[in-house]
Amino acid sequence: MNVVTLKDLERRFGDFVAVKGVSLEVAKGEIFGFLGPNGAGKSTTIRMLCGLLEPSGGSGTVAGFDIRTQREAIKQNIGYMSQKFSLYEDLTVEENIDFYSGIYRIPGAKKAERKAWVLEMAHLQAQRRTRTGQLPGGWKQRLSLGCALLHEPPVLFLDEPTSGVDPMSRRDFWDLIHQLAGGGVTVFVTTHYMEEAEYCDRLGLIYRGELVALGTPTEMKEHRMTEQVLSLSCDRAHDALTVVAALPGVRDAVLFGRDIHLMTADAERIVPILRDAMEQAGFEVRALERITPSLEDVFVSLIEGKDREEGAQREFKG
Amino acid sequence: MLERLKYMLIKEFLQIFRDPRMRAVILMVPIVQVLIFGYAVTTDVRHIRTAIFDLDNSPSSRDLVARFEGSGHFDLIRRLRSDAELREVIQSGEAKAVLRLNRGFGDDLLGGRTAQAQIILDGSDSNTASIILGYSNRIAMAFNSRILVDRFARSSGTRLDTEPVALASRAWFNPNLESRNFFVPGVIAQLVMIISIVLSSMAIVREREIGTMEQIMVTPMGRMEFILGKTLPFALIGYFDVVLISVVAVFWFEIPLLGSLPALFLATGLYLLSTLGVGLLISTTCRTQQQAMMSTFFFIMPAILLSGFIYPIANMPLGIQWVTYLNPLRHFLIIIRGIFLKGQGVQVLWPQMVALALLGIALLSLATGRFRKTSA
Repeated sequence: MNVVTLKDLERRFGDFVAVKGVSLEVAKGEIFGFLGPNGAGKSTTIRMLCGLLEPSGGSGTVAGFDIRTQREAIKQNIGYMSQKFSLYEDLTVEENIDFYSGIYRIPGAKKAERKAWVLEMAHLQAQRRTRTGQLPGGWKQRLSLGCALLHEPPVLFLDEPTSGVDPMSRRDFWDLIHQLAGGGVTVFVTTHYMEEAEYCDRLGLIYRGELVALGTPTEMKEHRMTEQVLSLSCDRAHDALTVVAALPGVRDAVLFGRDIHLMTADAERIVPILRDAMEQAGFEVRALERITPSLEDVFVSLIEGKDREEGAQREFKG
Repeated sequence: MLERLKYMLIKEFLQIFRDPRMRAVILMVPIVQVLIFGYAVTTDVRHIRTAIFDLDNSPSSRDLVARFEGSGHFDLIRRLRSDAELREVIQSGEAKAVLRLNRGFGDDLLGGRTAQAQIILDGSDSNTASIILGYSNRIAMAFNSRILVDRFARSSGTRLDTEPVALASRAWFNPNLESRNFFVPGVIAQLVMIISIVLSSMAIVREREIGTMEQIMVTPMGRMEFILGKTLPFALIGYFDVVLISVVAVFWFEIPLLGSLPALFLATGLYLLSTLGVGLLISTTCRTQQQAMMSTFFFIMPAILLSGFIYPIANMPLGIQWVTYLNPLRHFLIIIRGIFLKGQGVQVLWPQMVALALLGIALLSLATGRFRKTSA
């Protein structure tokens, strides 16, 4: 069963098309990662899904409700947490929880139970009377998540939930998300951290308002890459980079730690050429092998491919 | 609806009373303002610093000077010796008025000719100057009639005991023409406006600024619940301040409260509709609290100047007079002064109340309509 479905979703702001023709489906209990550079249309899409913004074109449903006509019903069935901490810092932990459970009209008998659940989940039992503004970032994050889950929504939207949170807290946070998904909650999360993308069941890459790729992280790495990636280990890697990048057949070369990663259409053909060129230039090649691309490699390659395509189109039109 | 509103109100009051600045605004500002207007701000002119330049120094000239001194309005601060000194004393602001009597003043009077006396005023403060002029004229007229009566007695041999016309002046509703009685009820009107507009616009814009507004918008909270939750607390605070200032006015400054309290509360409610409407409207146009503060200031300044709080509306150009009908403060000032000083009730003040109700409904519907577009 699909909890989120989008068909040709579009949003324009004046002449600017922020989101164009996005179609995707997210199944119940799935963690769907929505990736893309800043300004690609991630937040605009999520705002349309939450009923904060009306689509200019296309259609969609969330938890079975239409995102155009049933926005109030959607609000009752989703939890939303944004990158900015958006609870009241001048209220205590408990007062924030009470406020949100009042807003969601959680029945009296259930209120205490849900409050206990949130305090426990967020490890905030001892801080229940602390002003929220005095909590460290990661703790606030957990409280935000708790408040978004008070009414046990079947769908959870997270807009860059871990920006500004330290790595340990981030890991804890993702453990929580996995627990929730295990319990049948559908999670729709935007991020631009690649290591976070690895935690997701399925990914969608959005760039300049368009959905560029869709698939599991493994599918992305194995099938979406049109190029092959070679890892080159040599001395004076920084100097070698210019030599490598200038070779015909090398699409792109970047430093990756002390190694160079280079992208090419045909790895087998380029290996001997590369070895010769390095020897002639006086570099010592320690290792040269084909590797599985990282998600970052995949996305950079997809985005650059898109840019080339559009560049070519522009030249053709011009 | 009511349940969500209840939680919204609990939250608002927790936030308001937890913030020390808010508490100060609600409690201290009204008290300080009413004390300032009760004690310090007064248009009554007393103790006018006056210098005397008496070149004649005759019994008649000394008589006129004595009348100025005895009027209670003028304090003689020094006697001048030269024109240079006269210029200096006005220039420096040491004296607000100089009474100059030329040589021959007494002789002219005795000889039956018109004697010249001159009053020189500091016109840079035109209000005070015109009031001083009024006082001076009154003294000069009394002096004249005194002399005429003497001359008549001397020429006819009979004493004239009665003046031809005696003007008995009575200022109803404020017998001693105390400007305090005029100002302090006005402070109530002005303060309720400032507090309700500033606090309501800031409260909404703050939620937008810190991002909690977006969080609220993805909950099932309705627009009306949110708006009511954001305005009702400030309406209650407005009422609280009306009571607070009224108590200080009546028991401390002994300003008469002749009208009925229910009429005062009814009018306050109608007035709050429009001030909260303005606050809400400002909040829909502003992204930050500073912007809200500036917009509020730009609304309140002209609203106070064009309300009749200090400057009479009748003195304004006709076009501006029409504009003042759109100013809620103007209507509420008439109501509150009418209730306090004249004991008027709804049967007299209904036109102002209807005007406030119409303005309030118009502003609130405009603001609520705009609210949806800006926050969704």
